[in-house]
Amino acid sequence: MSEAKRVERPLSPHLQIYRWHIPMLTSILTRVTGHALVAGVLLAVAWLLSATISDEAFETMNGIVTCWFGDLVFTGTAWAVWYHLLAGLRHLYYDAGKGLDIPTAEKLGWGVIIGSVVMTVLTILVV
Amino acid sequence: MVQLTLPKNSRMTVGKTWPKPAGATNVRKFQIYRWNPDDGKNPQVDTYFVDMDTCGPMVLDALIKIKNEIDPTLTFRRSCREGICGSCAMNIDGRNTLACIFGMDEIKGDVKIYPLPHMPVIKDLIPDLTHFYAQHASIMPWLETKTNRPAKEWRQSIEDRKKLDGLYECVMCASCSTSCPSYWWNGDKYLGPAALLHAYRWIIDSRDEATGERLDALEDPFKLYRCHTIMNCAKTCPKGLNPAEAISHIKKMMLERVV
Repeated sequence: MSEAKRVERPLSPHLQIYRWHIPMLTSILTRVTGHALVAGVLLAVAWLLSATISDEAFETMNGIVTCWFGDLVFTGTAWAVWYHLLAGLRHLYYDAGKGLDIPTAEKLGWGVIIGSVVMTVLTILVV
Repeated sequence: MVQLTLPKNSRMTVGKTWPKPAGATNVRKFQIYRWNPDDGKNPQVDTYFVDMDTCGPMVLDALIKIKNEIDPTLTFRRSCREGICGSCAMNIDGRNTLACIFGMDEIKGDVKIYPLPHMPVIKDLIPDLTHFYAQHASIMPWLETKTNRPAKEWRQSIEDRKKLDGLYECVMCASCSTSCPSYWWNGDKYLGPAALLHAYRWIIDSRDEATGERLDALEDPFKLYRCHTIMNCAKTCPKGLNPAEAISHIKKMMLERVV
């Protein structure tokens, strides 16, 4: 474009102004839970690893894992596992070319959210 | 690249509050994005008050009323005022749509209007769509044939013609592509929902004879496969089309031809 003086054009706002809706929220949560699971896995690995090092190391790690912080991380991990799994199943369904109309996609989104919470509660009750 | 915040020169400030119309009883507040390339300032959000008793029902009616009666410098694209030209696409109440067919009764509270998201702004509500149009041109949006031209026309059965429904209606307003987070982060390489919907429109046209070449052109880590089925495109399309579904059909065809 031939402009007499080069103007540094601003970028229009995006995330700042876009209204969240269920398909968008459930999509980004899939990625967020996928990444957050790494934290849970790291803690679990550290726990197991400490048992192979020494009694003291295990005592320390066991203390962390069984305190409120450990409970919080593992409860979050349980939810993240269920969420990521259900969202993954939804992606398989999408990839088969199904469920892509907006009403169905919204129902599936709610299904993933509610399903993951229900399964997390069941997991906690069972374990 | 994912950049969640706006660059320094793009951050918005509170702009001017324009006076309320005298004597009006049914007034509605509008917050509208402004950027003037000539004053060297950051974008700002101006506040306007419109007398709804003397205003048409659509958002475009209010924009034209503001331009006519309050602030003639307010700049936006518009033409057909019936949802067929695609000019007045903008972000209204947090979603991308056409101002001319979006009723103000569908909005709760103040009316917030921004340009289409994550685009370079030319002025006020006008984004630069050069790259968007170039991407559309890149998918060869025409009938490509190899056999000799028939004596009359390229015939198509009623069933085959039906496959184009839900695709040919696209008016290229760019609402879908600029609603897509994947397009926000990778719009330089990812073709985006609009161009891909058009690509599919020609891929499944029974008269087209370049289906293989069309699919070859999309076999790329970015052009097609940056679609992560976020569904913003289908959710926002002012014409009620479903680009996500069209993209999903292309992905399936890609798979089917290799297995």
